[in-house]
Amino acid sequence: MLEIRNLAKSFGGVKATNDVTLDFPDGSLTAVIGPNGAGKSTFFNLITGALRPDSGQVLLDGVDLAGRSPPEIVRHGIGRAFQVASIFKSLTVQETMLAAVSADQRTSAVLHKRFPLPETRDRAEHVMELLGLAGKRNRTAATLSHGDQKLLDIALALVLEPKVLLLDEPTAGMGPEERWRMIDKVRELWDTQKITVVFIEHDMDIVFKIAPKIVVLCYGRILATGTPDEIRNNSAVIEAYLGTEHAGAAA
Amino acid sequence: MTELEAGRAETLVPVRSGAALQRYRDVLIALVAFAVLASLPLFTGSKALLDFLIRCSAYGLFATSLNLLVGYTGLTSFGHGMFFGLGAYSFGLIMQKLGVPIPVAFVATLAITAVIAAIIGAICVRLKEIYFAFVTLAFQMLIHSTILSWASFTGGDQGLRGGIPRPVFLGINLANHVHLYIASCALLILGLLAMRQIAQSPFGYTLRMIRDNAARASFLGIDVWRAKLTVFVLAALFASMGGMVMALFVSGAYPEFAYWTISGEGIFINMLGGVSTFLGPMVGTVLLLLLNDTVTRFTEYHGIVLGVVILFFALGLRKGLLDFVADWFAHRRETGEGR
Repeated sequence: MLEIRNLAKSFGGVKATNDVTLDFPDGSLTAVIGPNGAGKSTFFNLITGALRPDSGQVLLDGVDLAGRSPPEIVRHGIGRAFQVASIFKSLTVQETMLAAVSADQRTSAVLHKRFPLPETRDRAEHVMELLGLAGKRNRTAATLSHGDQKLLDIALALVLEPKVLLLDEPTAGMGPEERWRMIDKVRELWDTQKITVVFIEHDMDIVFKIAPKIVVLCYGRILATGTPDEIRNNSAVIEAYLGTEHAGAAA
Repeated sequence: MTELEAGRAETLVPVRSGAALQRYRDVLIALVAFAVLASLPLFTGSKALLDFLIRCSAYGLFATSLNLLVGYTGLTSFGHGMFFGLGAYSFGLIMQKLGVPIPVAFVATLAITAVIAAIIGAICVRLKEIYFAFVTLAFQMLIHSTILSWASFTGGDQGLRGGIPRPVFLGINLANHVHLYIASCALLILGLLAMRQIAQSPFGYTLRMIRDNAARASFLGIDVWRAKLTVFVLAALFASMGGMVMALFVSGAYPEFAYWTISGEGIFINMLGGVSTFLGPMVGTVLLLLLNDTVTRFTEYHGIVLGVVILFFALGLRKGLLDFVADWFAHRRETGEGR
């Protein structure tokens, strides 16, 4: 279980994350939404150690990870994918996966053996199959399509076998059809892997369709949490965020 | 080129035997190369050729170790030559002052290099690109001025004079030209084999990940700072080996060995030969030394000629010679498969 307790972060006078308290039960799927500048990415950066919180706790199964370094937090089981696919452009898909497994098995500093180590193979193979990248294993990451690069980014997080997977806009920069394929994939991963998934998403159709639970952030604070129906009918959310666009969609 | 080959091999055979095969192949290539180099004195009496190859050994070790930083890790050091100079001076001083057997001085020099590289590296590898480049350059200048000003110990601008004693060990007499030549070749081949192993190990792939995307590497649980420091020290050891070969060759050590122009030549060599293949810097070494030797024979303005050649590679090919060849092969294979 991932528990966020009174998490806060300010940049100068701006409170990017303001006293956020949230629970993500094991095996839950949660969407984080909010207008631009609501502090969604900052929230992810605080959980994963890219930023150090001013105060508050990030408890994973009771262990406080707030303020620890990214490598430490990853090792405790919080993996993440990025808004702009963050990959290794000169490595092939297969090399990327094998090297990531090596990192997780703490063999990334081994000097006297040849890459790849045999024990890294099964996990790398499994995740490539899972994300449909096995057929492109010998492609250099830089030559992959935008969508495949996003998948590779998610594969990198997933191959570490995290307890919690944070996806920062998995559908960013994709066309409508590709979006749905990606989000179906995310949902499928959540179903089959039994992990806790939290994702940031801008497309309201997607959010309301697939997320059992939604968190709305606004100016660094939690505006509302609830099921899609609760969020849809929450007057504060409609006013602050969905506004006329939602009224139009509902009409 | 080598990585492409590895990828191709893996689709044909399981990973385990693919990686093992690659290692056997590398050892085999090394043995053949050594056999060819070592048998050269049987066919030629040319002292100039052997001298040339000894210098290639010294510079080749140095340039290839620089490529571990520049090409594999993305750490562009402008001060790598300090470890070349450090190797030459430590080795020379230990031999002159302590009179120990050569292997002892060799190991002691590596130990000294490791300690100093760890201290300098700990300060430098936290810095990003241009700051890393300039602080390494600053340390190079520091070591160079120390050598110049501490004249009572280092001989100042005169260098270590009076020759380095080369006592016979295990039947090897490095005062003998052929013995020195074969020992240099052996050090070169062993050094290259060790660096090749580093490049193709799991650690080598960690370095590639750091080069491509250090932030992402840290989100996979990799301690980026520690990996960078490790490769900085490892590269320094091989540069130091190059310096020792040079000190044995000239039977002395001179401040120029520790001057920043050595680092500059290392970068030149990497640009000439290419940084995307393991042997690129070795090809670059031979090219630069050949150019140096031939051009200085014809004109005193050899700097101009070298500059033009560098510009041709940098602006014309936009890569080193072996990069160019590797790309050409890759391209030909792709179009061949398309048919």
